[in-house]
Amino acid sequence: MTQLFDIIASAGLWAAILRIATPLIFGTLGALLCERAGVLNLGIEGIMTFGAMIGWLSVYHGADLWTGLLIAAVAGGTFGLLHASLTVTLGLSQHVSGLGVTLFASSFSYYVFRLIVPLANTPPTIVPFQPIAIPGLSTLPFIGPAFFTQTAPTYLAIVIALLMAYIIFRTPVGLAIRMTGENPHAAEAQGVNPMKVRYGAVIIGSALMGMGGAFLTLSAFNSFFPTMVQGRGWICIALVVFASWRPGRALFGALLFAFFDAFQLRLQTALSGLVPYQLFLMTPYILSIAALAIMARRARVPQALMQPYRRGER
Amino acid sequence: MRFERREHRPLYLLIATPVIAVIAALALAGILISIAGAPVLDAYWRILTGAFGSRLSATETLTRATPLMLTGLAAAVAFRARLWNIGAEGQFYLGAIAVAAASAKLLGNLPAPLLIPLLLLIGAIAGMVLILVPLWLRLRFSVDEVVTSLLLNFIAVLFVSMLIDGVLKDPLAFGWPQSQSVSDHAMLPKLIARSRLHIGLAIAIALAIAVHFVQSRTVFGMQSRAAGLNPAGASFAGVPLGRTLVKVACLSGGLAGLAGAIEVMGVKGYVTTDLSPGFGYAGIVVAMLANLNPLGVVFAAIFTATMFVGADGMSRGLGIPTYIADVTVALSLLTMLIALFFTQYRIRR
Repeated sequence: MTQLFDIIASAGLWAAILRIATPLIFGTLGALLCERAGVLNLGIEGIMTFGAMIGWLSVYHGADLWTGLLIAAVAGGTFGLLHASLTVTLGLSQHVSGLGVTLFASSFSYYVFRLIVPLANTPPTIVPFQPIAIPGLSTLPFIGPAFFTQTAPTYLAIVIALLMAYIIFRTPVGLAIRMTGENPHAAEAQGVNPMKVRYGAVIIGSALMGMGGAFLTLSAFNSFFPTMVQGRGWICIALVVFASWRPGRALFGALLFAFFDAFQLRLQTALSGLVPYQLFLMTPYILSIAALAIMARRARVPQALMQPYRRGER
Repeated sequence: MRFERREHRPLYLLIATPVIAVIAALALAGILISIAGAPVLDAYWRILTGAFGSRLSATETLTRATPLMLTGLAAAVAFRARLWNIGAEGQFYLGAIAVAAASAKLLGNLPAPLLIPLLLLIGAIAGMVLILVPLWLRLRFSVDEVVTSLLLNFIAVLFVSMLIDGVLKDPLAFGWPQSQSVSDHAMLPKLIARSRLHIGLAIAIALAIAVHFVQSRTVFGMQSRAAGLNPAGASFAGVPLGRTLVKVACLSGGLAGLAGAIEVMGVKGYVTTDLSPGFGYAGIVVAMLANLNPLGVVFAAIFTATMFVGADGMSRGLGIPTYIADVTVALSLLTMLIALFFTQYRIRR
């Protein structure tokens, strides 16, 4: 029991929570934006992988970290454009198109990576984002080291979550996005072009996914390795349902999820040898499934999600 | 520019579609190969000869195609009923480990004619059990099965890893995490001597024919297609949706579990966590390339296996990463989607 308490009372745990949550915040917000406009984007796992790879590769070849993050965003947006072309213009199955994007983006990442970095025993590394202590706040006892000495992209993720909540619920653009996701025909009658809204949402949402992947290589770790995204994209899709399509709750959900993940990592060390470590590694996936089961019924799904929109066709 | 639905789809178009899609995917992958600085036609020639150039490579390719046929069938039967089973990878591993466990702990001493069918059945049941979880969540809590079946892949592989690190660990494997081997007489007979090709291939093709028959000639096949095309209409017409989905899920999960069982009993003899180089995920592409047609799955699986087996030799010769095979296969899923669209619509200005 005291061991459990020690874990929870350590600032290291709480600092880790924000770090673990950051890629999930980016990815969940990205998926949420797509779905608010009515497009399910199962390309997320692959887009995150590509973002992680291309962000790392840019920095490895001399770009600075922010440029690397930007390149990952542009690359993510490009895959979003592909997904939007298939699902919005052609009206193809969003499930299958998304899976296609994921399979292509992840294998393409590995291909490009292997082409430029041949097999080596120690993967080449870069100098990642360093923690920034926020003046004044970082010196607070406990809270300071836990919450105010993060790397810049973590602060950025939180700002984007708040910004997105504002845009979706308080601005005309947000209204257009929500209407497109609920009833594109009604949106069209109000002078909104649902096609453009969907394109915009999927491209920007996918750009956020790319940034979430890039956080892994540019901030959390300093190198790229295949399968490093490890299902985080799918967890983000589950978190969108958990958040009931609300950015504020997405932020909360990602943090809650990260809490369990950081906690199990420490519990794993404390209990090493007693319990198979695989049981701990399973927890994020089991949690995601549990979150879905608990929230799916109560969640307010955008009514036009996964429905292709064709002008004049019902 | 707008799209207009085609009134009828000529047969030649349906057959030409996957061919055009594959050629387009090969052309796109060719760009990537030439960027890498290798001669494209030479690369493809090496892939083809690498996969079919000798007796050994041809049997290797068919050996690799066997699990792909089964995971492809698993995806095809599920997708046709709009059951998005993306969990074939996990079902594959569960089928594999169930066979290893049953052979090592329970049934190992049975004679082969009894043991082999029993183990295959156990593998299939293990796959069924795993897919029933996402199906139950969908029917009970209306949770989309895409994410749940996919997350279960990660859980299944970790579960297998736990078993081969623990109760099923092979003490003779010098500390490597690998399961105990299945007994010698549980191994599937060879189809061709002095090769790895086993009767699993014949089983897979027979199952493809059987599934085709079930889908086109039986009430269940009709119901599963109706459930996919128009669930509300099917329900109105008296199709028991829930029961149909359970049957479809069992068929799909069973085929994926069987793929794992057959891979263990046909090739490896034991389970490791790299038993499958993504057979479950590649099965999705196989099913799409076949346009969800069970007989088409056989050919789509052979194409996919050709890419994977051929890419190895090409990679060694030209220094192109083997991942080009995965890229080409994934690209062919995307090009097939687009090609299928144009069999259903034409462009009008």
